[in-house]
Amino acid sequence: MQRTDAIFKLACLLCACLAGLLMLGVLVQLSGHSLEAWQRFGLGFLWSCEWDPARELFGAWPNIVGTLLTTAVALCLAIPLSFVSALFVTETPGWISRPLSHAVDLLAAIPSVIYGMWGLFVLAPLMQEHVQPALAAIPGTAWLFGEDYNGFGFLTAGLILALMILPYMGAVMRDVLRMTPPMLREAAYGAGCTRLEATRDVVMRYGIRGITGGIFIGMGRALGETMAVLFVIGNIMELPEGLFSGGTTISATLANNFAESRGLEQSSLFALGLILLVMSIGIQAISRYYLHMTSARRGEKH
Amino acid sequence: MTHTPTIRRRPLLFRRLGDSLLSAFSLASIIVAVGSMAWILATVLIHGSAAIGADILFSPSKPYGEPGGGIANALLGSLFITLGAALLAVPPAMAAGIYLAEYGKGRRVADILRFCANVLMGLPSILVGLFVYVLIVMPAGHFSGLAGTVALAIIMFPVVMRTTEDMMAMVPDTMRESALALGMTRMRTILCIIARSSKNGLATGVLLSLARVSGETAPLLFTAMFADTWPTGFFREPVANIPVLITEYTTNSPFESMHALGWAAALVIAACVLLVNILTRIIFHEQKH
Repeated sequence: MQRTDAIFKLACLLCACLAGLLMLGVLVQLSGHSLEAWQRFGLGFLWSCEWDPARELFGAWPNIVGTLLTTAVALCLAIPLSFVSALFVTETPGWISRPLSHAVDLLAAIPSVIYGMWGLFVLAPLMQEHVQPALAAIPGTAWLFGEDYNGFGFLTAGLILALMILPYMGAVMRDVLRMTPPMLREAAYGAGCTRLEATRDVVMRYGIRGITGGIFIGMGRALGETMAVLFVIGNIMELPEGLFSGGTTISATLANNFAESRGLEQSSLFALGLILLVMSIGIQAISRYYLHMTSARRGEKH
Repeated sequence: MTHTPTIRRRPLLFRRLGDSLLSAFSLASIIVAVGSMAWILATVLIHGSAAIGADILFSPSKPYGEPGGGIANALLGSLFITLGAALLAVPPAMAAGIYLAEYGKGRRVADILRFCANVLMGLPSILVGLFVYVLIVMPAGHFSGLAGTVALAIIMFPVVMRTTEDMMAMVPDTMRESALALGMTRMRTILCIIARSSKNGLATGVLLSLARVSGETAPLLFTAMFADTWPTGFFREPVANIPVLITEYTTNSPFESMHALGWAAALVIAACVLLVNILTRIIFHEQKH
């Protein structure tokens, strides 16, 4: 009896260690297989703009810029949207807010390839015909958007990503807003604050760590998303001129080129993967740190 | 010197205005969020239902450029790959969750492993594809359905692990104590008492993670790949599956008929995923109250 118990515990521990093993495995493999590229190009790989399989020259800069730019666009749109929609959900009566928050949660369940399809067949033509001409007509924005547009590019990709990360960020922000002690909020109202002032000066200050954690969770999702971006980014290995121009991201480059790559190109692609992995682990660590600081208040056990 | 509060007067009108702007903005943003979800689903429903039919659902896909064909082989392949992933991932993931919830309280190892699981959950899924490519496809020398299964299993593992832990942590400690006081071993306590009383939550976790991985595309691109055959050579050959079919048929094809097949496939996968999501929500919600 005692022995089976010990064996069971050991088996559970071993299974749990799989998680650590998998993470280490991914890290070690990506490092190992990208070694050739790092040796050849050194750290200059990070900021070189070349990608020429014929001359065997590879550089990561357009991919890194593209990844950061799509993520930035997505965050700019999703942060205010998720915060105020979380505000709406927490402050309206349950019979309205519950179905709405379930509906927002369903956004997270839709497979990313469907977002991509929708972006390709619905959003991109819409952007080309209506949104981008309207934006381009605003004077003084050429530095931001660039001159040419065809419906694809960073703005479209960022829009889709914003929709995809909205439910994840919204869920965290909802928890954060709910955890604010009602007493604080009531005190603010009692002092004569309006809802805007109570939210800005009391609720947001109280929950700023949790909100930051939620933002980083959304950021992690947006960084690594492949399919939704792949369909609408344009897949050109160039530095963008503006938000209207096409480009590529690390994950889109991997999806496009990896299956047919050999030798040094494959090693460079592994190096791109390693860069993405490091970014994603870093962001996870930061988000965990911030959420950990607030977890006790949100009533979680860990 | 005493602190004198500076009184900054702002007209009540402005404050009220700002307040109503916030209300309007929050209403608008929830409408945007829910509206875009409805828009995406409506698009899939309209295009998909126009294309779908018994001939598409029950006939296999044809090679590139040939007219006709369906999605039956991809459906079957997706089913094999996803169920295989569940078989591979769920038992060890549950054991791992049991360790975190029952044995790991306050231990450093458990904290580190929990962090690893969280990082794995946030890992871009395309990197899992790269990992499995190196792990299985490179040594074997060919793409295979098995590689796709392993990739999806790796994505499922941390999700099921964390839900198991959370669900088991919700079982009150008095249950554990009374079971142990009756003379049960830890193992029997966990398997017969705790796992049983949290079985709804566990089932929900597994179903939701299944729904999530069934739509995953990126890790399948260089593991399972795609084929126009029935999935007979699961361990030796590329296996057709729905997500990669959608990608191939929409991005690499100028043909309207292939786009239509893509929409039909999208409708099937979206319907399955949403059905599982909504049903588990309803069932679990009812049992909580």
